[in-house]
Amino acid sequence: MAKIIVITSGKGGVGKTTSSASISTGLALKGNKTVVIDFDVGLRNLDLIMNCERRVVYDFVNVINGEATLNQALIKDKQVENLYILPASQTRDKDALSKEGVEQVLNELSEKFDYIICDSPAGIEHGAQMALYFADEAIIVTNPEVSSVRDSDRILGILQSKSRRAEKDLDPIKEHLLLTRYNPERVERGEMLGVEDVKDILAIKLLGVIPESPSVLSSSNSGVPVIHDQTTDAGSAYDDAVERLLGKERPHRFLNIQKKGFFKRMFKGSVSA
Amino acid sequence: MNFLDYFKSKKKNTASIAKERLQIIVAHERGQREQPDYLPKLQQEILDVIRRYVPIDQDQVQVQLDKNGSCSVLELNVTLPD
Repeated sequence: MAKIIVITSGKGGVGKTTSSASISTGLALKGNKTVVIDFDVGLRNLDLIMNCERRVVYDFVNVINGEATLNQALIKDKQVENLYILPASQTRDKDALSKEGVEQVLNELSEKFDYIICDSPAGIEHGAQMALYFADEAIIVTNPEVSSVRDSDRILGILQSKSRRAEKDLDPIKEHLLLTRYNPERVERGEMLGVEDVKDILAIKLLGVIPESPSVLSSSNSGVPVIHDQTTDAGSAYDDAVERLLGKERPHRFLNIQKKGFFKRMFKGSVSA
Repeated sequence: MNFLDYFKSKKKNTASIAKERLQIIVAHERGQREQPDYLPKLQQEILDVIRRYVPIDQDQVQVQLDKNGSCSVLELNVTLPD
């Protein structure tokens, strides 16, 4: 039986797909057979972030409709053993995902994989509800900013009332907070909500804090999930988050201002991440 | 704004304003979340009945459901015009 983890947020643009790519890569790198599914029908992007956009032949909706088998649609990652991507359909609308169809695909994947990561679309409509419905755990991606925090709380309400676990009265979905685009300098200056503030408001367990970092954009530019580059702050922050997801204790780094060393200051810019 | 105010205003802590605003709105929305789905419709129908006799506005009827252990209290608050 695979563990099903949804990566969701309510608000768009907070880093769901970036986080899905890095977390699934991290799980696979640590020896877990992992599949990551793009639920964003009509606006697929996970393929681009994971550098397999030219290898998409069949998609999630094709499998649901019986137009292709799962093995035909799954794309094997070129860099990481044990990692597979199931792309979303680009041409259908979001209602193409039926609850029965999604369940059938998840059941089939569940036999072969250890982890199923569901990359949710933004919003709280059908696509987002399908992504979270069957989840065992949820990673709520949140930016330290008012609209994102409010939307995260809204999504928590949906996880607690409209998921399979809620409807069937099973143990509730395990909720994890992933705070992204964090800027300790701005928190220090009182310009940005701090980790403790967001934890106070949402009242869920902290999985990790990903610092705002230029390496995130450069990694999406090249289609290599940022977790591959452990020399970057964002990459190692994702690695810590994956370790915590697997039950290990890791201290939270990057919560405080990183003091630039003498050399870094001297060569500012020339050795950027 | 005088000369000194200019420097003071720069130190305004907007993060704490954000936190305060969020705590209020999130608490309010969580309260609504726990209410049953029929409440808005109930409120509308009560409003319609009262309107047959007294002209009142949408916001002059407040319906709230509070839970106290095993006992639920439906509170109805109607403000009638003078």
